[in-house]
Amino acid sequence: MGRVNFGGIVKDVCLAYVPEIAVGDYTIVHVGFALSKIDEESAQKTLETFREMGLLDEEFGEPEAVETVKETT
Amino acid sequence: MPETKKPDLSNWSCPLPLQDYPAIVMGHGGGGKLSSELVEHLFLPAFRNETLANLGDAAVIGPLSGRIAMSTDTFVVQPLFFPGGNIGDLAVNGTVNDLAMSGARPRYLTAGFVLEEGFQITDLARIVESMAASARAAGVEIVTGDTKVVERGHGDGCYINTAGIGVIPDHVNVGPSLVQPGDAVIVSGTIADHGMAIMSVREGLEFDSTIVSDCAALNELAAIVLEAGGASVHAMRDPTRGGLGATMHEIAHASNVGMVIEESQLPVRPEVQAACELLGLDPLFVANEGKIAVFVAAEAAGRVLEAMRSHPLGSNAAIIGQAVAQHPKMLVAHTRIGANRVIPAQIGEQLPRIC
Amino acid sequence: MKYLTEFRDGELASKLAREIRQIVTRPWNIMEVCGGQTHSIIRNGIDQLLPEGVQMIHGPGCPVCVTPLEVIDRALAIAAQPGVIFCSFGDMLRVPGSAKDLFRVKSEGGDVRIVYSPLDAVNLAIKNPDKEVVFFGVGFETTAPANAMALHIARRQSLHNFSMLISHVLVPPAIEAIMESDENKVQAFLAAGHVCSVMGYWQYPPIAEKYRVPIVVTGFEPLDIMEGLRRVLLQLERGESRVDNAYERVVTHDGNREAQRLLAEVFDVCDRAWRGIGVIPQSGWRLSEAYREFDAEHRFAVSDIHAVESPLCHSGEVLRGALKPNECPAFGKECTPRHPLGATMVSSEGACAAYYNYGRFLSVEELVHA
Repeated sequence: MGRVNFGGIVKDVCLAYVPEIAVGDYTIVHVGFALSKIDEESAQKTLETFREMGLLDEEFGEPEAVETVKETT
Repeated sequence: MPETKKPDLSNWSCPLPLQDYPAIVMGHGGGGKLSSELVEHLFLPAFRNETLANLGDAAVIGPLSGRIAMSTDTFVVQPLFFPGGNIGDLAVNGTVNDLAMSGARPRYLTAGFVLEEGFQITDLARIVESMAASARAAGVEIVTGDTKVVERGHGDGCYINTAGIGVIPDHVNVGPSLVQPGDAVIVSGTIADHGMAIMSVREGLEFDSTIVSDCAALNELAAIVLEAGGASVHAMRDPTRGGLGATMHEIAHASNVGMVIEESQLPVRPEVQAACELLGLDPLFVANEGKIAVFVAAEAAGRVLEAMRSHPLGSNAAIIGQAVAQHPKMLVAHTRIGANRVIPAQIGEQLPRIC
Repeated sequence: MKYLTEFRDGELASKLAREIRQIVTRPWNIMEVCGGQTHSIIRNGIDQLLPEGVQMIHGPGCPVCVTPLEVIDRALAIAAQPGVIFCSFGDMLRVPGSAKDLFRVKSEGGDVRIVYSPLDAVNLAIKNPDKEVVFFGVGFETTAPANAMALHIARRQSLHNFSMLISHVLVPPAIEAIMESDENKVQAFLAAGHVCSVMGYWQYPPIAEKYRVPIVVTGFEPLDIMEGLRRVLLQLERGESRVDNAYERVVTHDGNREAQRLLAEVFDVCDRAWRGIGVIPQSGWRLSEAYREFDAEHRFAVSDIHAVESPLCHSGEVLRGALKPNECPAFGKECTPRHPLGATMVSSEGACAAYYNYGRFLSVEELVHA
């Protein structure tokens, strides 16, 4: 068993399935079990791909059809 | 963790007789000597006020002038003690808040206890002391009460009923059916704190966190809202059981308006959000015990928001949405990714999800 | 929370939505298999950001929905027995059996408890040696490692008062069953990321090839789902049918070897009935010979309990994607979240409840102008 911090709350979690895990690593937890260590490099890479996506046609992209609540302050 | 409130033994005229029985026995509810000892050595010194001290069959109060608001609520929370408070704090603040949400200045409360045989007197003392402290903080007096004892196994240690009355100032007129399309919805602070504090100590689901109940008396903050907003304040509610979501559903039905929630504006503590996700709960439907949802005409919303933020209980207040003429009786959220979703009412209590 | 919050970014979601709109030239039907993904799609309104004609079909990936009626009835029978502490994940409590649900059994005196993990049930068994503690072991490959470990510990500690009522189901055979169906409309799948974190995704290429259907391993946050959709739509438009992994930060080709090892020890593959669908060959797990003594079904002799599902309920067709919830004659009439006929109306993730609750039988525009 190990202690896993979920953004500020801590729970005992079974780490038996992720023997490679070390303090400071991120993991996916399901019903009290760590199932997979998060590959942080891959996560960053994915986010980077999203950020770079459509950079070329950004200027000519269609306007967003998103409404927001009018702030009354 | 906040410090737990200890019973203030120095206030008791003579605690010794109570210690003959460290736990509640059937006789404590029997109306005899044990009953009066409980009153004399526990309730009277803790709640201390002249009306209660008369020990009549009924408390005689007043005269009061103006419209009188009256409310009652029963408290059965488990566990009785939780991070940030106990059932006693809830019992007093709950009724104080119900009165305050009707625009009233809460004045007098009653307290009825159902105790289980075997309940520890020291635990009862902690609860009673919390009630006394909460009543003092809210400026109300507990003027009459009752105690019954049920056999072991027939109760969860301690149940409390409180009823209260307050006086509504002449110019105040708020109610759940008075909300108008265009009204802004302001919530006085972070949501779901109380419900998740309880979850964190519930057997089978428990986790370690710094989450504490937001249990507090809201009468001062409610008075500030009414002062700043005047007649522009159309409704106030404390979103307790069922959370802000249930409250907004109720108001939408009562006033026949639609509600729009801007999800990105909902104040939720990160650790509360994390706990909700861990258990598969929606913070919108998790209980609060120290928050107000204010429904106020748009032009006064800024003023009211600013006034609320000047009070410690309103420092995280935010405008989270508005009432609209479209889709009456329905809640629609603008999600963080810019879509809309209808938020259905919950059928029962939210259940932790498997995935 | 790190690696969650970043994948909910509204601006990046708009970018992905724009990319998707640029890819799509015609209508497509895509099934997300996992109930968790269904929840995320509805909760965030992801389907509203998709171009017209791109339909999400909510698949049979919610354990609450697919656990057969008779297994629920068996659970109710066990939970009602004196001396039993019956433990379950929260959302199973409201699933209706033939006559009642677990809440009702609890109100009638059954000791029914919600737990977060099967290990909590094991601990209850240790703390209550004079009680029989039963855990309701439902779910897909994601939940199975937890149940396997709980059983492994119980066996190692000779916990004779612990058992499990097992109704485990497997994703790949369900995907094949859907593709085999005559009424099938599904043209591509988002495979369940967390199932694949355990099992890997090496099982999928033969399926993709056999049925010419693209399969993309996909996560649960809004950006994950949109990226899964983007990749699947790219393949559809190009006429490709490959297996792709859009959840690389969590899922590897081989999956979790440690978990697979214990799963193979604790469970045997078996035929399994799916609620509303019927028996799918080799689509479930039962306890292996070595663990048979922990099978609650045998310990409490409930194997004889059989049940007949309501003839009004078309949840099977809904789960296969052959029928939309609002096309069912009972939808919103005999069948509502308050009085559900089938489990797709019970679970908050169930396709029918989602349609009912979130007003998806009307578009938001219709609602707004109603």
